[in-house]
Amino acid sequence: MSTTYAVEAEGLVKHYGDKVALDGVDLAVPTGTVTSILGPNGAGKTTTVRILTTLADATAGRATVAGYDVATQAIEVRRRIGLAAQDATVDPLLTGFENLVMIGELHQLARSDAKVRATELLEQFGLTDAAKRVAGGYSGGMRRRLDLAATLVARPEVLFLDEPTTGLDPRARSELWAVLEGLVGGGATILLTTQYLEEADRLADDILVVDHGRVIARGDARSLKRQVGGDNIGVTVTDPSSLDAVAALLERVTGHDATIDRSDRTVVAATSEGVGGLAEAARALAEAGHEVEDLALRQPTLDEVFLTLTGAPVETDDELEESHR
Amino acid sequence: MSTTTPSVDGLAVDATDVIESARPAEPHRARGVLHDTWVIARRGLVHMKRQPEQLSDATIQPIMFVVMFAYVFGGAIAVPGGDGGSSPQRYREFLMGGIMAQTLVFTAFGVALSIANDRKNQAVDRFRSLPIANGAVLGGHAVANVIKALLPIVLMSIAGYVVGWRIRGDLLDTAGAYLLMIAFAFAMIWIGVLLGSLVATPEGVTGIAFTVLFPLTFVASTFVPISSMPSALRSVASWNPVTTLSDALRELFGNPNTPTAPGDPWSIAHPVAYTWIWIVGIVAVCAPLAVRAYQRSIDR
Repeated sequence: MSTTYAVEAEGLVKHYGDKVALDGVDLAVPTGTVTSILGPNGAGKTTTVRILTTLADATAGRATVAGYDVATQAIEVRRRIGLAAQDATVDPLLTGFENLVMIGELHQLARSDAKVRATELLEQFGLTDAAKRVAGGYSGGMRRRLDLAATLVARPEVLFLDEPTTGLDPRARSELWAVLEGLVGGGATILLTTQYLEEADRLADDILVVDHGRVIARGDARSLKRQVGGDNIGVTVTDPSSLDAVAALLERVTGHDATIDRSDRTVVAATSEGVGGLAEAARALAEAGHEVEDLALRQPTLDEVFLTLTGAPVETDDELEESHR
Repeated sequence: MSTTTPSVDGLAVDATDVIESARPAEPHRARGVLHDTWVIARRGLVHMKRQPEQLSDATIQPIMFVVMFAYVFGGAIAVPGGDGGSSPQRYREFLMGGIMAQTLVFTAFGVALSIANDRKNQAVDRFRSLPIANGAVLGGHAVANVIKALLPIVLMSIAGYVVGWRIRGDLLDTAGAYLLMIAFAFAMIWIGVLLGSLVATPEGVTGIAFTVLFPLTFVASTFVPISSMPSALRSVASWNPVTTLSDALRELFGNPNTPTAPGDPWSIAHPVAYTWIWIVGIVAVCAPLAVRAYQRSIDR
């Protein structure tokens, strides 16, 4: 069976004045899958989304979304996409309900159908109680949910989510992840950008790591993590004098170097085995009789991924992202 | 690390629904533009309703201005000409054309503010990612703001009637006066779009509006006959379209007007024609510039 692509881009280049925001990006999102663009501020994530959603023209390169060319068939593309921009773009002076009805009407739904659809979506996104309040008074998490609901009004073929959880507190972030997982599970085609490897790992089938307008790595979360040495196991012990023994034990179990942080009474070592590695470490620690206060598996941060992939820490370029707002 | 999925009540999203259901039917093109324009205009009107300061600008303020100027200045400002000399009653009738003109000029400010706010709130990006008919966003702003401009005109007409203003012209002239006001509001919209597109922030718009629009509406026959001004200022005021709009309305309503003399500039002698020339000129020059500036402000 041949794969069909909901989004295809070749050699996208974007210059803002003499700044190069994109420097030849290729990407392909198979229909019914989730692709994540992972990178720091200024890497070109938003620019890529803006070109694919017809908000900006590429300086060079071509792209199709749902089979239509973004440059020459913009209106056809717009009929088939939903975009949740980085700052939730809901209308702060309209109520949640009015926001969704307006979007529905602008998608050429009849007013009565738009109202039915709005009610349905508010219910699905847990906003029924807030339906009659103006969106300006919503919490950050509620605004994002409304924004997401707005992107779904016209039942789009492809969803673009630009940093859907940036700026949310951890609770609102988990809530939004639950919503997004529902969409992903249902087979939606999604292109999402994020600064968090954890988010990309949790939601995406494929991950593109971008830096300075170029794709520097691609693959699924597992293969990327393998490239950076996998997850980390962190052990916090009760007795500081056991730190060296625990470090030696972790090195034996994981086969990676362990680092000791004496002030936190913590030892950290990478593992390529994920949860299996954690279980093995837990068993070994129990057998050796070490008293453990905390034992956790954590993912490498974007910083660590970048450090490994580029040999340099994340270099953010806020100015570039800001310059085209 | 916890790996449990957070359970949030009411957040169960049926995603199959997202891709499998039928999408909306293809729109009819012509219906598209008018329909989309009206949807966006309605949003503009809801905005007015939800912003207390805008709502008061459109309702309470015009009534307050009529009453305040009529009673506070009414006795002090002499409107020359006529057989009764100057009287508070004459001033109140003189005032109405001017105060309506001032309100219409400020339409530009309202438009500029809504354009700048749209950009600030990124509504522009939202609209541009939707399959909206070309021109409907600007069209929606235009329609909403003409309505916003006419509401205070209606309220002022009523308030004016209460304080003693009367329409003394015939039906045709009266219709001409209201038509002139609608046309002038329409022209102001393009200045507003131009201003809102060129100035980056709502705060900037407010600053420019108050440094440009206020002098423009005061160095004119808006509130006082220009004959009382020093000669340099009077020359400026004579050619100021706000003067001629005020005078044109007075003429069409049959109200006391700045008296004309044989040596007066053409603009003062023919205020209706002169104002129409300005309206046509503003639309012809500003509309294309405004559309281009607006496009440039949203294409990034």
